[in-house]
Amino acid sequence: MAQPRTLFDKIWDSHVIAPAGEGTYLLYIDLHLCHEVTTPQAFEGLKLAGRKVRRPDATIAVADHNIPTSNRKAGIDEPESKLQVDTLERNVVEFGVPYIPIDSINQGIVHIIGPEMGLSQPGMTIVCGDSHTATHGALGALAFGIGTSEVEHVLATQTLIQAHAKNMLVEVNGSLGAGVSPKDVILAIIGKIGTAGGTGHVIEYGGSTFRSMSMEGRMTVCNMAIESGARAGLVAPDEITFEYVKGRAYAPKGGAWEQALAYWKTLPSDPGAHFDKKTSLDAGQIAPHITWGTNPEQTAPITARVPDPADIDDPLKRAAVERALQYMQLKPKTPLVEIPVQRVFIGSCTNSRIEDLRAAAAIARGRKVAEGVRAMVVPGSGLVKHQAEEEGLDRVFLEAGFEWREPGCSNCMSMNPDRAMKGERIASTSNRNFEGRQGPGAKTHLMGPAMAAAAAVTGRLADVRQLG
Amino acid sequence: MEKFTQLTGVAAPMPAINIDTDKIFPAIHLRTIKRTGLAKHLFEEIRFRADGSENPDFILNQGPYRQAKIIVAGDNFGCGSSREHAPWALTDFGISCVIAPSFADIFYNNCFKNGLLPIALPQAEVDKLMDDAKKGGNAVLTIDLDKQTISRPDGEIVPFAIDPFRKHCMLNGLDDIGLTEQKAAEIATYETKTRGERPWVFGLTEKAGA
Repeated sequence: MAQPRTLFDKIWDSHVIAPAGEGTYLLYIDLHLCHEVTTPQAFEGLKLAGRKVRRPDATIAVADHNIPTSNRKAGIDEPESKLQVDTLERNVVEFGVPYIPIDSINQGIVHIIGPEMGLSQPGMTIVCGDSHTATHGALGALAFGIGTSEVEHVLATQTLIQAHAKNMLVEVNGSLGAGVSPKDVILAIIGKIGTAGGTGHVIEYGGSTFRSMSMEGRMTVCNMAIESGARAGLVAPDEITFEYVKGRAYAPKGGAWEQALAYWKTLPSDPGAHFDKKTSLDAGQIAPHITWGTNPEQTAPITARVPDPADIDDPLKRAAVERALQYMQLKPKTPLVEIPVQRVFIGSCTNSRIEDLRAAAAIARGRKVAEGVRAMVVPGSGLVKHQAEEEGLDRVFLEAGFEWREPGCSNCMSMNPDRAMKGERIASTSNRNFEGRQGPGAKTHLMGPAMAAAAAVTGRLADVRQLG
Repeated sequence: MEKFTQLTGVAAPMPAINIDTDKIFPAIHLRTIKRTGLAKHLFEEIRFRADGSENPDFILNQGPYRQAKIIVAGDNFGCGSSREHAPWALTDFGISCVIAPSFADIFYNNCFKNGLLPIALPQAEVDKLMDDAKKGGNAVLTIDLDKQTISRPDGEIVPFAIDPFRKHCMLNGLDDIGLTEQKAAEIATYETKTRGERPWVFGLTEKAGA
C-alpha cells in the first residue's frame, strides 16, 4: 500500500514539476493574487528583462492596502498611495492581468475576495506577495506569502523554487464555550506554540473543533498561521467547505463541479500520515483571548493580569516582555479588564467577513460606543458590505456610534488614512500587534470581533461573556 | 544579482528576539514603487527620535557600527510580513549578512534573492559572535561562503550550514527566473498534463476582472 500522506503532502506532490536542486523543487502555482504594495518592483523587473506574464488567466489583481475607506469617489489623497495604485492600474493593462477596479462591488481585501468569488478552491497552490495568504488554506489549499522577487518569478514562469516544509498538526477537540470565537482559538494556539512554533512547517488544523467550525472561522484561524511562523496553515476540505464553494461566481459548475468534488474528497490526510510535530488544545479550556504585548504570542485570557517580567527566568524572554510592557505602557499585574482603550478597529483580512460583523453587531445592538472612544467597522469587501447592509447591520453599528466604512485593509497597518493617533490604545480584530504597525506609537490589543465591540461599548478591554 | 563570495566587516549586536519586519521597515514606507534608496527608513522607529534626529542609544548610530556589514541578532529575526523591503533596506544600508539562531521563513527566502546572506547557528555559537560584535571596530568577522565559515577575531573558525542550491546561486549571482526558464519544456508538459486532470483550475480569473 502507498505511504499514507498528509493533505499538505498530497497538494505538494501534485504540483511538483521537477527537482530544482538538492532539497528544492520547482512547484507549479495555480492562482496568483496581486495587490498594489508588493508588485510594482516585480512588474518593473519583468519590463526590464522583456518578460511577459505567463498565465494572466491564473492571476488577479486588486488594490486594498492603500485605499481610503471613506468618500471613495474623492479618489486617493495621499500622493504615495495614489502612485502605488496608479502603478498597479497601469501594470495590469500593460501585462493583461485581470483587475478588480476600486469601484467594483467585488473590490475588497485580497484574502477576503479570493474565497468569496470562488477563486480559491481546495487542492490548489495559491500565492500572493502578502504573508496573510495562508487565509486561503481554510479551503484546503496550499496558500502562502512570498516576497516581491518571488512574485516576479511567478508572474514570469507560473512556478516557484521551494524547499519542502515539514508537517505539523495542531489538534483542537471539543466545543467552544459561549462567547469564545475562532480568533480566541488561534490566539490560544499562538500563545502556546509561540511566534516561531511553526517555522519551517505547514500546519494542519485538525480535530472536532475545526470540523464543526464555519468557513469564516477557519479563515480567521488559517490567516494567523504566519503569526506562529508557519509557512502555511490549512484545514481539510469537507462538506462545510464544499457547501461554501458551491455556486460561487468562479467555482466550477455542472460536470466540472462533479469532477472537482470527486478530486477534493481525496485530499484529506490519510489515517496514519506522518506529522513531524504535533500539539493539541482542549476547546473547552479556551477563554476569550487578547494580546497584551507587541507580538502575537504575548497573549492571555481576558480574565488574566498583565504578566510580571520578574516571574520569567529566560533573560532574553524577560527583556522582550519588559520592552513590550514599556512600549504598551502597562504595569505588571494590572487586571486586563481595567485597561482603557481610545480606539476600536473591527476589520482586516482576519476578521471582516459577514460572520465577524454579525458577532460584533450582536454586542453593539442597543448599546453605545463609550465616550472618548472612536470605533470603526470596515467590511472586508464590497460583497460583505452589501450583505451586512441587507441584514441591517450597518444600522446597528451606526446607531451605536460606530463608523461604517468602505472595504479595505484600513487600520490594520498604517498605509492609508485610517491610522491611529500617536500613542492611542486600540482594541483591534487584526493580526499583528507589532510596535508602530497601526500608527506611530500605537498600542494594539488583538482580539475577536465580539470582544472588540465589547471594548468599544465599555471603553476598556472587556470580557464579552459579561455583556451577554 | 551581485555575487556573494567573501565578506569582512564590523558586526552590530542586536540581541533582541523576534525583531519583526515592521521594526526593520515600517509599513507606512511600503508605499514606494522602488526597491532602492530604502536605507533611510531602516529601523526607523528606533533609529530616529520623534524630531527626526538620531537616537544615540541605537546601535547603528554608534561609532564603528555605522559601517556595520553584519548584524548578529536574536531568535526569529525577520518575523512578520513578506515585505522584501526589509532585505532591500538592510542591503541599501550596507548590511550583507545577518547571523541569528533562527529566521522567519519568508524573510529568509527573500534574503537570498538580494545577496543578503542569512546564517542560522546554534544559540551558543551566536552568543560567542554576539560577544565579538560588542567589541566594535576592533573585532571584525570574516564570512567565507564557499568554505561556509565565519572567522572570529581570535582566529577561531565557526562553520555554518547552507542549502547547496542557494549557495550555488549566491556564489555565482544567478538569476532564479533565468534558471527556471531553462525548464520551460518541463513546465509546459506539466501544464498539458494538469489541464487534463484538473481542467477547472485553468482560465479561472479570465472573466474575474470584468
